[in-house]
Amino acid sequence: MKTATLATGILAATTALSGTAALADLNLYCSAQEEWCQIMEKSFEEATGIDVAMTRKSSGETYAQVQAEAANPKGDVWWGGTGDPHLQAAEEDLTEPYVSPMRDQLHPWAIAQAESAGDKTIGIYSGALGFGYNTDMLAKAGLPAPACWEDLTKPEYKGMVQMANPNSSGTAYTTLATMVQLFGEDGGFDYMKRLHVNINQYTKSGSAPIKAAGQGETLIGIVFMHDAVAQTVAGFPIATVAPCEGTGYEIGSMSIIKGARNMDEAKQFYDWALSVEAQDLALQVNAFQVMSNVGAAKSDKAPDFATIKLIDYDFKKYGSSDERKRLLSKWDNDVSTLPQ
Amino acid sequence: MRKATSESTSHPVLIFWIVVGWVGYVLLPWYGVEDFYSLEWLADGWPLDPDYGPAAVLITMGQKLWLAPMLLALVAPLAVMRRPKSDPVFARVLVVAGAFGFGWLVAQGLGIGLRGFAFGWLEALFGPLQDRQFGMGYGALLTVTAFLFLLTQGIAARGAVKGDVFVASAIGGVIAVVAIFVFFPIAKMLLAAFATEGGGYSVAGFFPKFIDGRIWGLGCLSGGRCGAAWNSLFLAVLVGVLTTLLGLAFALVLTRSGFRFKRSLRALTVLPIITPPFVIGLAIILLFGLSGAVTTTVASVLGLEATRWVYGMPGVLIAQTLAFTPIAFLVLIGVVEGVSPSMEEAAQTLRAGRWQIFRTVSLPLMRPGLANAFLLGFIESMADFGNPLVLGGNFDVLSTEIFFAIVGAQYDQSRAAILAVVLLGFTLGAFYLQRFWLGRKSYTTVTGKGDAGVHPAMPTGLALPVYGIVALWSGFTLVVYGMILYGSVVQLWGVDDTLTFKHYLTAFRIDWGENGLRWTGSAWDSFWTTVLIATIAAPPTAAIGLVTAYLLTRQDFAGKRGFEFGTMLSFAIPGTVIGVSYIMAFNVPPIEITGTGLILVISFVFRNMPVGVRAGIASMSQLDKSLDESSLTLGANSWQTFRAVILPLLRPAILAALVYSFVRAMTAISAVIFLVSARYDMATSYIIGRVENNDYGLAIAYSTALIFVMLAAVGLLQLLVGRTEIGRRTSHGEGH
Repeated sequence: MKTATLATGILAATTALSGTAALADLNLYCSAQEEWCQIMEKSFEEATGIDVAMTRKSSGETYAQVQAEAANPKGDVWWGGTGDPHLQAAEEDLTEPYVSPMRDQLHPWAIAQAESAGDKTIGIYSGALGFGYNTDMLAKAGLPAPACWEDLTKPEYKGMVQMANPNSSGTAYTTLATMVQLFGEDGGFDYMKRLHVNINQYTKSGSAPIKAAGQGETLIGIVFMHDAVAQTVAGFPIATVAPCEGTGYEIGSMSIIKGARNMDEAKQFYDWALSVEAQDLALQVNAFQVMSNVGAAKSDKAPDFATIKLIDYDFKKYGSSDERKRLLSKWDNDVSTLPQ
Repeated sequence: MRKATSESTSHPVLIFWIVVGWVGYVLLPWYGVEDFYSLEWLADGWPLDPDYGPAAVLITMGQKLWLAPMLLALVAPLAVMRRPKSDPVFARVLVVAGAFGFGWLVAQGLGIGLRGFAFGWLEALFGPLQDRQFGMGYGALLTVTAFLFLLTQGIAARGAVKGDVFVASAIGGVIAVVAIFVFFPIAKMLLAAFATEGGGYSVAGFFPKFIDGRIWGLGCLSGGRCGAAWNSLFLAVLVGVLTTLLGLAFALVLTRSGFRFKRSLRALTVLPIITPPFVIGLAIILLFGLSGAVTTTVASVLGLEATRWVYGMPGVLIAQTLAFTPIAFLVLIGVVEGVSPSMEEAAQTLRAGRWQIFRTVSLPLMRPGLANAFLLGFIESMADFGNPLVLGGNFDVLSTEIFFAIVGAQYDQSRAAILAVVLLGFTLGAFYLQRFWLGRKSYTTVTGKGDAGVHPAMPTGLALPVYGIVALWSGFTLVVYGMILYGSVVQLWGVDDTLTFKHYLTAFRIDWGENGLRWTGSAWDSFWTTVLIATIAAPPTAAIGLVTAYLLTRQDFAGKRGFEFGTMLSFAIPGTVIGVSYIMAFNVPPIEITGTGLILVISFVFRNMPVGVRAGIASMSQLDKSLDESSLTLGANSWQTFRAVILPLLRPAILAALVYSFVRAMTAISAVIFLVSARYDMATSYIIGRVENNDYGLAIAYSTALIFVMLAAVGLLQLLVGRTEIGRRTSHGEGH
């Protein structure tokens, strides 16, 4: 009779654990930081009464999950995270085209993102690339503050610059693509080679360099500027720099998952997420990106896009998987193998 | 089940499984439609609603007719119920019915999915199917289990494994669950290694990717950088050797010395496995990083410039050795305790010196423990992901490369699969090397004979260095944990050292509201989920692990080596790969469990089971077979022998398996990242979210709280399981 007891036990345990998230009316995959995801979830529930089940994962992880679930999608809408995985998902037909009535309120770059992907994704925020440095360490070493991309290749910063590995991080891939667009393909790779000499480590994760700088483990970290500002706000001695030559940027995006079980609610969320009301929530959680709705409020701590020289970043070209594979393998073969 | 009854015509076990099969087929809902586990189906149209209907009802209503053939397999065993076990017809009918029912059920499950036929060739053969089916539910679960055990009883009746029903069923059961929850998802994932960009499969595309310089490059011999494969291999061998030596040192101090504070030392040694990921890495950076306390002090004393020496191999080696020594210790302590003092005393009487005894008697008898400890350290290091991520610098290892091939900017699953093949190859190599080293010798020391000896103390020449190492390592562990505790009560770790409790309050606040107690802290949700899931996962992990160990050490059957390696497989593969492969395999029928807590439990059970297996094997190879034999001669069957004789002697192994699986379920991260869902969020994924958001204080406070919870749980388990009482005089006059 032990078997019977055991079987009952297993059944009871199964029952306790097996409720799925399907009780909710909207399954949200969120790839921004935890607080931001939570406030989006709660505010949407309050605004509409729709019950939301939110799962937070990084954009790469969410992309891998959406891809693995393609035969039987479990998520409805995917909000936040850098644009490349969204574009990749659109390219692989994992997401659903949708033209929101909110579009006329958006910045042109947000709509351009949608148009380049056949309306399968849309921009919700953007953040410019730059770098940050540890002010304490700089003062201690008596070094001049870097202001331009070119400064980072100077011999006095040898072994003090950190960036992520473009193979593993979308941030670093944006850096690579920015240099190619800023200095031309040959000039861009020449720059990456000279920078390589000064790099102390290619980290795996995109925001790791600026965290290392915050802890005093490297002087300079190449990251998105809003990540550097967030370090300063968290209390670390970090100064943020908008490079003088101009710089590229990312477009944080949103997509509806193809085959979503709650398509109407997904569209409702999509429209709401583009509204001023939803986008103003960013300031409450120290998210310093520029939001895509023209009317959204701006923080005075956030990097001011008006003073940053932004390049005309070609998301369609550099977000395509062929171009990405080509640039990454060129970087692998020509840059990463060089002696430092 | 005794010999006396086995010739009679009543088969209680057989009847039990036949009944189970019929209940599953006729009474319970066949499919697991959403929310069905909530027992809502009882009130919601069952048994006539097509979503909740049992198979028999569905067929009578003319639906899902492909379920009908299984009825034959359920009827056939009824015909032979009255026949004696020795009748060849009895065996043949059970084998055929069980195999047919099981095979048909699996085949229809895989062949017909959410969109009709799952494969193009089925559609070509039978034309498009208008109907579809969902994931399997209770009904299918019971029926398939019944078929499996009908089959194993048939096989046993034919005389396989000496006609032992328990052994045959145990082998069949373990093979079935390992096949479903280990082989199936991994095979699905590895198939991607041969995937071409067009969506087809090709072997030709595999080799250029396989011999990539980034995997196999040997640049480090000439001052450059080596491929990830060599890095991983080199690191894993070092970690395996170091953790085994340290684990042995701790085990020796605890069993063969007059050391007074054994209890605290024991707690200290298990501390690192109960530490959530990233925390040790962060502490090591604060100690040894460029601005770390140790680095800056040493640099200023010696007048050198501080460097980033810790990033790369040294840092990962320190962190992994710290993290995995406890596993080696847990395996070794059972073995070192189990070595029979009589052997050592016999050597003593023959006038061997203490050193000679240790070298020629004790140490060789510990070989199974040493080999298993090394194997676990090696595999853990290969699959570890958190430490290389934080401390790896430019030192690439396979596990991180695999993770970023999947989630990084490359989106290259086939590269991930190829790297996983390389990693599996190394594990397989280590596994066979270990078997070769152990050879066919016997390591039995616990026999049925009276064995009232005392372990001799270590020889002095050995004791001094062992004490030194243990003291040094314990000191280091204490410093690391002191830093962690400190980090949880300061404003901003490493920057602002004002003391505060705000991190604990944010995470674990409890308010008295109008409706009584309110858990307002942000960590409570994930905390309770984690505790629940870890608690549920631990017993099955230990059970499956020990039964497997019993089969491997005590029974002989065809394909035993393959069976053994199969049970190690899930451990050897990095969690990330397991996570993604679980989504690929279990998001669609026949088994659809993504988004549930069940998938977390199952992934923990099968990932941690190998530790139960290893610990069980190491301890069981010390138990003399004559113990089993005398029990069997006295008329017990193999189940009774297992339960009443072997299990009680295996208490250290049971404890190790329970503790390890509970703790790993609370601290594992890589597989969990992909399997958590809105309703089942786990502590580690919450902690990582905080680390990403620079909330180090909160992350560390949560980790510290988890450490204390796990310490309490380990203590409780130790009380529940109890100690092995091998009749020995208390050692060294002090007692344990």
